Amino acid sequence: MAERIHKQRQARTGDLTPSTEDDLEIASDATASSAAGSKLKDELDDLLDEIDNVLESNAEDFVKSYVQKGGQ
Amino acid sequence: MALHKVCGIETEYGIITRGFDSNPVVASSVLVNAYSGSFPQMVGWDFHDESPGLDARGVVLEDAFPPEVETHLVNTVLTNGARYYVDHAHPEVSTPECSTASEVVLFDLAAEEIIRESMRAANAMLPNGHEIVTYKNNSDGKGNSYGCHENYLLDRQTPFGRLAALITAHFVTRQVFTGAGKVGCEKPGMSFNSVPYQISQRADFFEEEIGLETTLKRPIVNTRDEPHCDPMLYRRLHVIVGDANMSQIATFLKVGSTAIVLAMIEDDFLPHDLQLAAPLPAMWSVSHDPTLRATVERVNGKRATALEVQMELLELAEKYAASRGLSCIERPGTEGEGTLILSTWREILEGLESNPSNVADRVDWVAKRDLISAYGARHGLSETDVRAKALDLQYHDMRPEKCLATRLGLRTMFDSAEIELAKTVPPSSTRAFFRGECLRKWPNDVVAANWDSLVFDVGDGPLRRVPMMEPLRGTKAIVGNLLDRAATPHDLLDLLGSDGSEDAYYRDPGMY
Repeated sequence: MAERIHKQRQARTGDLTPSTEDDLEIASDATASSAAGSKLKDELDDLLDEIDNVLESNAEDFVKSYVQKGGQ
Repeated sequence: MALHKVCGIETEYGIITRGFDSNPVVASSVLVNAYSGSFPQMVGWDFHDESPGLDARGVVLEDAFPPEVETHLVNTVLTNGARYYVDHAHPEVSTPECSTASEVVLFDLAAEEIIRESMRAANAMLPNGHEIVTYKNNSDGKGNSYGCHENYLLDRQTPFGRLAALITAHFVTRQVFTGAGKVGCEKPGMSFNSVPYQISQRADFFEEEIGLETTLKRPIVNTRDEPHCDPMLYRRLHVIVGDANMSQIATFLKVGSTAIVLAMIEDDFLPHDLQLAAPLPAMWSVSHDPTLRATVERVNGKRATALEVQMELLELAEKYAASRGLSCIERPGTEGEGTLILSTWREILEGLESNPSNVADRVDWVAKRDLISAYGARHGLSETDVRAKALDLQYHDMRPEKCLATRLGLRTMFDSAEIELAKTVPPSSTRAFFRGECLRKWPNDVVAANWDSLVFDVGDGPLRRVPMMEPLRGTKAIVGNLLDRAATPHDLLDLLGSDGSEDAYYRDPGMY
């Protein structure tokens, strides 16, 4: 497990995000850090392209009807 | 020397029905029973610690919605050692007792899969267009909250006052990486839009610094004293301030950092001036400020940001690790996990300090914030557009195809094969092993179970209770061989040395 934490898994997002080896290694310097940041931004853009197919069709009804009884 | 930090997590899931109206207690019961129905025999939870004759067998519903559901019976124990039940109108899964933070992550993921499988099984029984949907979050945006609680084993000798004062500083400031993010404010007396986006789902609901409650006037430090193990030796710290995390790394760091801070408190390694002067306002102001600039006041009069307090705790933890080691949060085979917690802790704090978006793949509130702001920018939404709240809720949707957190590609620690296994196989290094293996081998003979005992029906005579008062016994190393040799529960009880007399039900045979 230890080494795996540093790995970006593409299992569920493989269709959205082409795997690019280890560029999401935790950043140890500013360059790597901004590279990781821009990759995340690209992923976000891809998600936004298709998100409307996933989102609840009527946001207002959905939010209004999401009512829970309090728990712990 | 700090005790080994046996730990676990229990999550109440939000639940709604679509296409039909239903009482959430009934819907939750249907969910648990739909999962239980896939197994030949489910074992019920034993509520009556002192009454081994009373047991609650799991029930399997033939019809999806019988007029009356015996909800108090919807309470099962799984072969992975977990408890799956209905609590306060929510389905809840408690992981088995784990011996490391990564194990908690694994069994929390297994719990998510159990919830998903339950939804599939329940929805397959419902008419077309009817659906039960669950959410791994902690609030409905209308002032109702439900919990994600952590539990840690502590030494009974640690003074509770010191423990409460110091762990509060961690609980208030760890929000910067445990927060799951929330659109709007639910703090009594404040309007929803007064805080467009905040770090934590739960912070608004805390009203006391310390106390016994979990549903009203919730306290930052919960004083419930129910150790579920030997009360002369141990305490179980029941932590109710946490958010349910979608990010595996966030769960890992939440549990890992807290276990280390607790070990430092047990060993009296922390300077007492780490205490906060006013924890409640600090809790709210940290959560309400996603810019991370809010400061909290310490008892020494100095002010610091949550990140600064966290960095100080981390540096103390690094010193503690160097001088005492971190074996109390590792087990054989996971050496190095302590170091991994420390390095993850540092990377995330430094990432939050330089640019939070750099840790959007590990910190839920950042991932959700970036998603909402990117969506808002693309569609020109105002800050208070209802679609922001819809995205917030859907981030936690347990349907894989609808879950926004899943689609964001957060960093992971375990693959699907490991998670699948953890749905049925218990951790090997706590008493959960004994519980889970007995349930697997003898589902028809274990008539009830709870955290600290199992009740067997051996067919001839009264029910027999086997107490398990030591969380770190009953492990594979200790009882694996014995369980292999026992063909029947009768053999097991003989091997455990129980003599079958009346008081044997209550006596720890001492072999596990």
